[in-house]
Amino acid sequence: MTNEPGDRNEILLEMRDIRIDGFSDEQWHPIIKGVDLTLRRGEIMGLIGESGAGKSTLGKAAMGYTQPGCKLTGGSILFDGIDLARARDREKRRLWGTRIAYVAQSAAASFNPAHRLIDQTVEAANRRGLRPDAESRADAVELFKALQLPNPETIGSRYPHQVSGGQLQRIMTAMAMSPRPDLIIFDEPTTALDVTTQVEVLSAMRNIVEEFNTAAIYITHDLAVVAQMADFIKVLRYGEEVEQAPTRQMLTRPEQPYTKSLWSVRALEKPEVKGEDIVLSIDHVDAAYGPIKVLHDVNISIPRGRTVAVVGESGSGKSTTARVITGLLPPLSGSVSFNGEPLPAALKDRSKDQLQKIQMIYQMADTAMNPRQTVEEIIGRPLEFYLGLTGKAREARVIKLLEMIELDESFMDRLPSELSGGQKQRICIARALAANPEVIICDEVTSALDQIVQEGILQLLLRLQKEYNITYLFITHDIATVKAISDEIVVMLQGKVVEQGLKSEILSPPFPDYTKLLLSSVPEMDPDWLTNLLAARNS
Amino acid sequence: MNAVLATILKRLGLGFATLVVVSAIIFSSVSMLPGDFGQAVLGQSATEETVAAFRKELGLDKPAPVRYFEWAASVLQGDLGTSFSGRNASGQDRSRQVVDLVMPRLWNTLFLAGVTALIAVPLALFLGLTAALYRNSAYDRAVNAATLTTISTPEFFVAYILILFLASLWPVFPSLANIDASTALGERLYRVALPALTLTLVIVAHMMRMTRAAIINLLASPYIEMARLKGASQSEIILKHALPNAWAPIATVIAFNLAYLVVGVVVVEVVFVYPGIGQLMVDAVTSRDIPVVQACALIFAATYILLNLTADIIGIVTNPRLLHPR
Repeated sequence: MTNEPGDRNEILLEMRDIRIDGFSDEQWHPIIKGVDLTLRRGEIMGLIGESGAGKSTLGKAAMGYTQPGCKLTGGSILFDGIDLARARDREKRRLWGTRIAYVAQSAAASFNPAHRLIDQTVEAANRRGLRPDAESRADAVELFKALQLPNPETIGSRYPHQVSGGQLQRIMTAMAMSPRPDLIIFDEPTTALDVTTQVEVLSAMRNIVEEFNTAAIYITHDLAVVAQMADFIKVLRYGEEVEQAPTRQMLTRPEQPYTKSLWSVRALEKPEVKGEDIVLSIDHVDAAYGPIKVLHDVNISIPRGRTVAVVGESGSGKSTTARVITGLLPPLSGSVSFNGEPLPAALKDRSKDQLQKIQMIYQMADTAMNPRQTVEEIIGRPLEFYLGLTGKAREARVIKLLEMIELDESFMDRLPSELSGGQKQRICIARALAANPEVIICDEVTSALDQIVQEGILQLLLRLQKEYNITYLFITHDIATVKAISDEIVVMLQGKVVEQGLKSEILSPPFPDYTKLLLSSVPEMDPDWLTNLLAARNS
Repeated sequence: MNAVLATILKRLGLGFATLVVVSAIIFSSVSMLPGDFGQAVLGQSATEETVAAFRKELGLDKPAPVRYFEWAASVLQGDLGTSFSGRNASGQDRSRQVVDLVMPRLWNTLFLAGVTALIAVPLALFLGLTAALYRNSAYDRAVNAATLTTISTPEFFVAYILILFLASLWPVFPSLANIDASTALGERLYRVALPALTLTLVIVAHMMRMTRAAIINLLASPYIEMARLKGASQSEIILKHALPNAWAPIATVIAFNLAYLVVGVVVVEVVFVYPGIGQLMVDAVTSRDIPVVQACALIFAATYILLNLTADIIGIVTNPRLLHPR
């Protein structure tokens, strides 16, 4: 339990040649293929890689835990002299929650809905009788204070559904911290949060880990985030280590081509072009879900052949705006005009022609496709519905569309389940293109994808725009994506438009307060970014 | 808390509305029973005038809607009417109030149901939780196989097997469960032992399997993994982290089985000659004693509605999202 600064060089965790198999498609596949990992007391290691790289599996293995459906097939995990790979369950349980703690990605799902937060916070410490219950509770309140939670004295008596996601994530950090562990595994703890919330959570976590000199493994796919937290970074791919280096060296001089490609994604930036000819305009729109009003006097105009990015936190009304434009949610007042003519408010009142001209691509390509239809049926449907193409003509057009999205006709007979995440999103793009639209609404289309795949999708969208003069309304919360693709930016907050303008205008001073907060909260690939930001905000 | 109270009152109101609809259905389906009570009592030789006079005396000559509203109004005042049997055309009236016929039988049924529930519910919960705890072990498989066997066997067969072993070969319990109002509590318990045991074997499987499934279903949740990574033991995970979130489905299936104990046990009553309400209703249907049939059916419907309502309320009060709104 004691973390004297003096033993900082002492090795806390040493994993050698870890091999883990996972069970899927009726057989065992290797997930982790012989990874080594060494962590000293008080050190923070960043573990990055794309989804499926095995980061989470390796992180949990550091606790001696493998999820159901996975098994450790080789290697040793020495934690403070105890081999967790061979330890019995009872022995591991004595360490879990007291000397090694875990912070999960989705705090909302990882708190038991039936118990009060304070009870869950002190549960692990109390189980081993580390302290009297009253002391644990008083200590938890202190941790809540240190993590800058509102009402630290009383927030613990609430239930998980009664506090926000960012607060839950901080309470989960307090829960991990409560028994003063030697090691914390942070498993993508801020991925589900908005950028503005992420900054608060990151700084709170970093402070508390520093204060108690706790060692940590920080798992994420976001390079800029890990740069703020970690002393050194390990890059994983396909269950193997790509490279490992101290954070600064890794950011400035990555050695492996794969690491370099991860870094380069953020460099994508499209030069902005001003547009004059307004294709779609939203005028004074108010909209509500039942009694809850979500849009207040929204005005947006979208020039032809350009990309307008709508940015804002979750709940700011971005997706609702898209629903109003498509007619899924008729507005309370105000109107949407297309090529100068007002569109009927409700979907059912619009003509086929009007429907055809505005298409939509969704965040979750998985759920936006019928899992029982082949790619040919998915893309062919709008061809038949809008353009009346059938038989050979339809088939030829589907092949042409597949070529446009850089796939080939071998994909025609595949089902969505046989495609990768990036391929699925490409099929969704082809389906939108099939209708020959003038405007495509892209709702967070890259948020569910890995960074390298994201870049491919964004490049594709840009190329299509250039070739076919398509207009995009691009909804996103990711500023890097905005820089990559947009001509104009609309900033939204709580159902209102904060500002709209050319990218260069919005992204350069002077900023309205909210835009400034939003932009400054986007992590940068600079290890000192968070420190500098907090210093600037406090002064 | 007030929101919960409001929900409960709303559910009670809905339950009452359901009961009204059901009463109409009961009334019209009883009216559609083949045969005529007057004809049945007076025999084939009765003249048409006698039958008509008898029908008039019973009020059967009035149109159906009028009879329904008269019946419904008196039920609301606690009067279930007068039994048809015991009357005869000679003018001598030995008929009894339906309430007097039904109430003792209902008490007997509730007594048997209560005794069974006291054994079966804790047993099913215990077996379900332990089966979830030792999932896929020999114990789990044995419990599953045993309960499946008892639920797949017809209940009269289970009853006769128990009689064979526990009343005939080793006479521990009596094979007849005939009790009346004067039977003392200890004697009552002794006599209902075999029927209660039979019913326990019949209903335990369903509740036990649902408990096991509800718990196992939750074991895949992230918060269960979190509890495990906080060092909780398997039994702590099941009792402290899974069970509090599993009450709603478990309560539903318990309510369903308790309702069965009240309304569906006529076969067991017959085997053990137990004077329950199921036998009363079967007898009343045979003799076309319409007021008794209607009263029994109404009691059965109310039992279902009330028990399901209770399950819903348990589902609400064990859900912190409803109990502690934001």
